[in-house]
Amino acid sequence: MDLSVLNPAAIGAALIVAATPLLFAALGELVVEKSGVLNLGVEGMMIVGAIAGFAAAVETGSPLLGVVASAAAGATLSAVFAFFALILMANQVATGLALTMFGLGLAAMLGQPYSGMPAPEFPALSLPVLSDLPFFGRLLFSHDPLVYLSLALTAGTWLWLGRSRAGLILRAVGENHHAAHAIGYRVTAIRFAAVLFGGACAGLGGGYLALVQTPLWVEGMTAGRGWIALAIVVFASWRPWRALLGAYVFGGVTIVQLNLQALGVSIQSQYLSMTPYLATILVLVLISGERRRAAEAPACLGKPFRAEG
Amino acid sequence: MTALLEVEGLTKRFPGVLANDAVSFAVERGQIHALLGENGAGKSTLVKMIYGSMRPDAGAMRLEGQPYAPTDPGAARRAGVGLVFQHFSLFDALTVAENVALGLPPEEAGADLAERIRKVSAAYGLPLDPERRVGELSVGARQRVEIVRCLLQRPRLLIMDEPTSVLTPQEVGQLFRTLRQLRDEGVSILYISHKLDEIRELCEAATILRHGRVTGRCDPRSESARSLAEMMIGQELAATRPLSAAPGEVRLTVRGLSLAADRPFGTALRDISFDLRAGEILGVAGVAGNGQDEFVEALSGERRAQHEAIRLDGAPIGAFGPDRRRRLGLCVAPEERLGHAAVPDMSLTENAILTARRRARLASRGGVLRLGAAARFARAVVERFDVRTAGVEHAARSLSGGNLQKFVVGREIMQNPAVLVVAQPTWGVDAGAAAAIRQALRDMAEAGAAVLAVSQDLDELMEISTRFAVMAGGRLSAPRPMAELSVEEIGRMMGGTGGEVAHAEA
Ligand SMILES: Nc1ncnc2c1ncn2[C@@H]1O[C@H](COP(=O)(O)OP(=O)(O)OP(=O)(O)O)[C@@H](O)[C@H]1O
Ligand SMILES: [Mg+2]
Repeated sequence: MDLSVLNPAAIGAALIVAATPLLFAALGELVVEKSGVLNLGVEGMMIVGAIAGFAAAVETGSPLLGVVASAAAGATLSAVFAFFALILMANQVATGLALTMFGLGLAAMLGQPYSGMPAPEFPALSLPVLSDLPFFGRLLFSHDPLVYLSLALTAGTWLWLGRSRAGLILRAVGENHHAAHAIGYRVTAIRFAAVLFGGACAGLGGGYLALVQTPLWVEGMTAGRGWIALAIVVFASWRPWRALLGAYVFGGVTIVQLNLQALGVSIQSQYLSMTPYLATILVLVLISGERRRAAEAPACLGKPFRAEG
Repeated sequence: MTALLEVEGLTKRFPGVLANDAVSFAVERGQIHALLGENGAGKSTLVKMIYGSMRPDAGAMRLEGQPYAPTDPGAARRAGVGLVFQHFSLFDALTVAENVALGLPPEEAGADLAERIRKVSAAYGLPLDPERRVGELSVGARQRVEIVRCLLQRPRLLIMDEPTSVLTPQEVGQLFRTLRQLRDEGVSILYISHKLDEIRELCEAATILRHGRVTGRCDPRSESARSLAEMMIGQELAATRPLSAAPGEVRLTVRGLSLAADRPFGTALRDISFDLRAGEILGVAGVAGNGQDEFVEALSGERRAQHEAIRLDGAPIGAFGPDRRRRLGLCVAPEERLGHAAVPDMSLTENAILTARRRARLASRGGVLRLGAAARFARAVVERFDVRTAGVEHAARSLSGGNLQKFVVGREIMQNPAVLVVAQPTWGVDAGAAAAIRQALRDMAEAGAAVLAVSQDLDELMEISTRFAVMAGGRLSAPRPMAELSVEEIGRMMGGTGGEVAHAEA
């Protein structure tokens, strides 16, 4: 086994890149679930975000516009979910699943002309001194701006949920929608906004995948990342920093698997691809045994709300 | 000078019921005004409209002479109207301070909020720790959170929907001092309660509702509790008969029951022993949070105990769950009606099936529900306990508080258990219906059942119990016959609540 092919800084940097789409999608879904809505359409919103971002970047030549387009596309698709699940009060699980299937189909259709095209390059950050540091320069200071955006978003979500009044109201709505309504908060409007945010984040995650990580358009390229993001939210027990940890762990698993293949370790790649899911199930089992942790789920998660009177 | 609040012809219709029918009344400045009416009379509906959480179908309101039509509770709060809800509008996972902040306008919920909560709670004698999670608080403490949340808004009109139903006598005394203090500061108070003695003590005016209509106005200070009750129900109140039957066989035996606390700030049960005989009603009093919840959970089987510690008719049942105990003849009606005793979003029929499935044969052996029989059973409960509802197919949530209470207690009584454990049997139930529930408990005992009632309402326990015990610090005093206890002695038994039990002379 030749370990010299492994460069720790490069592996670390690749891990961060692999984790970033997961982080975007998980943070978005975390906020959605904190408001009491379960949107299982993350996978669908991600892939629509991916093709929208890719197409926009190719057509305009601007990766930045691509990013904006992917967030907008994710948000648009989530608005469809919000309309059915929150306004018409369709079952959230069924609507979310339908959204995923719809998204996958729509993206495949829109993506046909873009197969095999290159995406315009996303400029990486290059800081005068920091980026040239040995090891850390490569690991931490030579990424594209979206990586830093995802980190800022983690901190922002944490601060916003825990420290701001708006975040408190969002948590209250997810905790007890009847009480929130009785005090005078507009439960449906708040949830609608949360779902849109979640959609934009999922779209952004998809966009990152197509514009930076791959960067190519391949049909079905999200390959279950939306589901992993959903699992990360539970793994993180609805806390932003733990979502970051979760995303990096699952990102790490992906990278380890690739590097093991590079080293010629002969485990069938399917087994390795299963590891995130197995890890998720294991974590869920461990968490559910703990009473305190189980109680951290928003109490109204997935319950429809109908205002009375 | 105009009144603070004038209500003109307010009308609200729900599917199947006219909850408020052209209601008119006025609350003067600095007045404590009572709103009286039996369960389902429309009191909560009326105050929800004043608070802006429901819109009237017709009618108008004026606040200090100005037209007042709040579109949402925020608007009502800005206009100076505060409401303490009958069913708490609190968030279990959030802290006291966060819960309070949610009810305040943003500019008032600043960083010094915890300090202000401490100040207000000290000034008005409502002890609260702003950092605690509400989910860990006792019912009484939750109510204090609601009250403090209102007081921080410095309201001109404070509405209290049955604030004392769950408070201890000391807490009620303190609350009344608070309310009088507020009145002297010029605040008007609209006060809903079924405790007529309290109303006579506290209120200066009263408006009486029946079936959604104003049927009378009076000065409660010059009425008796009985005459108020009769104005409310529109007929004479039946006096309760004393319990005649002599106690029979021991049905329930508890020996050395101990259970660790299973939640933060819970109370551990310590070495509880007593016998419960057929034909008797054992009343268990005590200040809330002294282990009553845990005690009821241990008896119901929600929490398992040592198998031998609890015996029903001699056979150990301590390790059995609620379903099995119920089948053997031990039924329990727990305290919290929304969410614990009943599933809010299920219909009355479905809620009946949940506990009466076996004893009332609402499902076949194979587990297929007998919906017709279940609906008949639910209708029988509704009829016998005079539950006001448009039909048993309606969700439990849509019932008024007292009516749901009648339903959940009646559902257990109608299963004819050998042993019935009830917690706060008449919480929020109007005088007429409370008398009916108490009578039903006595009838059960006379027919040979054994009844254990946990309640914070001493008057109620003194009225129905044949034996009496006090719960303090997770221990139960030795039960004593009610007949040989004086009020002073009861006071002494209750007084030993500092963690040690009043002496058990057994
Ligand atoms: N959201 C609702 N949907 C349908 N019916 C309702 C709803 N809320 C209340 N009602 C009905 O309106 C009537 C009045 O209810 P309300 O809660 O105002 O009574 P209340 O006087 O407060 O009684 P209690 O003393 O038992 O609390 C009842 O018949 C009740 O079933
Ligand atoms: Mg009421």
